[in-house]
Amino acid sequence: MFSTEAIDQLAGPDWLQARRISALERAAETGLPSAHEEVWRYTPIGDLELGSFSPVLEAPASMHPDRSGIASDDVVAGSSVIVDLADGHLVGIANAEGVQGVRVELVAEAADGDDLLGRALPVAFDAFNEINLALAPSPIVIRIARGTVLDGPVVVRHRSAAADALTCSRVIVVAGENSEATVVEVHESGDERALAIPVTELVVEQAARLRHLSIQAHGTSVWQLGTQVATIDQDGYLLAAAVALGGAYARLRTDTKMIGRGATGDIIAAFFGDGDQTLDFRTFQQHVAPNTQSNLLFKGALDEAARSIYTGLIRIEKDAAGVTAHQTNRNIKLSQDAWAESVPNLEIENNDVKCSHASAVGPIDEEQRFYLESRGVPTDVAERLVVQGFFNEVLRQLPYRAVVDQVEELLTSRLQVGSDS
Amino acid sequence: MSTLKVRGLCASAGGTPILNGVDVTVSSGEVHVIMGPNGSGKSTLSHVIMGRPGYEVTEGQVLLDGVDMLALAPWERAKAGLFLALQYPTEVPGVRLEDVLVESFRAAGRDDLQVSALLERESRRIGIEADFLERSLNVDLSGGEKKRNETLQLAVLEPRIAILDELDSGLDVDALHECSQRIEAMTNENHLGVLAITHYNRLLHELRADRIHVLIKGRIVESGGPELATELESDGYARFLPAAEAPSLGAADPFADPFAV
Repeated sequence: MFSTEAIDQLAGPDWLQARRISALERAAETGLPSAHEEVWRYTPIGDLELGSFSPVLEAPASMHPDRSGIASDDVVAGSSVIVDLADGHLVGIANAEGVQGVRVELVAEAADGDDLLGRALPVAFDAFNEINLALAPSPIVIRIARGTVLDGPVVVRHRSAAADALTCSRVIVVAGENSEATVVEVHESGDERALAIPVTELVVEQAARLRHLSIQAHGTSVWQLGTQVATIDQDGYLLAAAVALGGAYARLRTDTKMIGRGATGDIIAAFFGDGDQTLDFRTFQQHVAPNTQSNLLFKGALDEAARSIYTGLIRIEKDAAGVTAHQTNRNIKLSQDAWAESVPNLEIENNDVKCSHASAVGPIDEEQRFYLESRGVPTDVAERLVVQGFFNEVLRQLPYRAVVDQVEELLTSRLQVGSDS
Repeated sequence: MSTLKVRGLCASAGGTPILNGVDVTVSSGEVHVIMGPNGSGKSTLSHVIMGRPGYEVTEGQVLLDGVDMLALAPWERAKAGLFLALQYPTEVPGVRLEDVLVESFRAAGRDDLQVSALLERESRRIGIEADFLERSLNVDLSGGEKKRNETLQLAVLEPRIAILDELDSGLDVDALHECSQRIEAMTNENHLGVLAITHYNRLLHELRADRIHVLIKGRIVESGGPELATELESDGYARFLPAAEAPSLGAADPFADPFAV
């Protein structure tokens, strides 16, 4: 797989280097997954040549240039903190003046770093989580202090630019008791072939309210194997939102664990693929504590020969009475060649629950299109309006309007290009 | 002056013939009303004229000022000057009315900056709350609100000929009054031509009809002045139906084929 020499070139205290080395050993032991495993079914994971990518071990001198405009300096000007990661290396933290109650630092430099790293993901799901642990050069922690209500969001910009690069980044967010904050992560890259393995850990402490938005706008030659794990403590609330637009094969596994009584998780996503992109989503809503709720809504549209995979599991554990959990995945196929798979699942060990799941894959609604056309709207514009309307249910729930406006603009232009061809 | 000419129109849905040669001509400023029992093909006629998916035109013509509408996509028919107010307006989640009208104006080469002012003026005239315009198109609207919304769009788009598919169904008295008044005004001020499809007479109390046509089994079997509507209201369609189907028959022929049409 990768040699421990790579780790020697990364900076870190002894405890971190030791954990990196043992993670690499476990990765080698576990080996890469195959499409025979249920959680990797329908994926092109067998095509991955891990050895053809090299970790970027030296920090770039400065941040890579803006690619998509989604999180340009102007757009994110109102943020509380802007964190820049270039090829996974921390290259800048900009704190807005007068903002209090938020602290961003390297896990390597945190007094409780050893405890923080893996707080929400104590055991890796697969070899890629281990590789991330071993090779992420700058794991960072964003702490929202207890009782703080943060006005401007914290923005983390992940930009990678090196060809054939393996980029690992890890962001840990700890929303302290009764705090309220928004954290936005934007993943961007260029046209270079690359592999990104990001991990996000979200720790929502008692009665905290965290909104997290992850935007994936990679180049079309990039593979992403992403994992996001969240734990929500008593009466806490998490909005875990994702937008996926880029990548050749881009995967995001999202695990949301309601571990404290009265915890609520809203998990939403909007994704659009065209060309021969494959977008892959695996979701787990795990209800450990009683009186917890979760609501999942994933909506996608696929044009040309794009593919999407959605598999989701709601798991209600034995002690979790009084749970409400919903899971909905809807996909629009905008072309004959587009392909979408949707597999919702339930695993319930307590009878006192309200659960539902729904999934749909189909072409654009003919009646909706006709209705708009009958008002004099040209066919291609009518289709674009219907698809934008379809996404609206998710987009209007996303935090940080300035960034979401950019996302909508990008989405509109992608839909316009599609209808011209 | 515009004229919509429907000539010998035959259409089927899923292989079943529904329209069997419909002839009707509507000119600017005229109000034509098509009445008929359930299943006579009234709604199909309106859908086929506008090009709704799910129907196959097997014969006949639909011409607007000599232009063949059947060769055009639905939006091009709208651009040419047709409008269809649907009986059950489709819900389009996440799409605002104003965005739709702006796109329609653009496609027609009209100044889309006017849309917002037109919407405001017409909503006041038709009795629609301003916040309603911010909602998703037809989503969570009552039957009556949907019909007001159709009338609002008709007024903003200013077509040459409007086809109203049961505009009066689901409308309370006030809404019926406001919608039909607005349309009646358009026939006078804008010389709008109307082809209205209805079950009931009550629409005609407000919308002054020039001609009434009786549609039976996909064919217009009689046309007349407004007095025909009054007759239909009191006597029903019995005299237009084949004897075997008239509802008020005595003893049925026990040897008749029950599936015969």
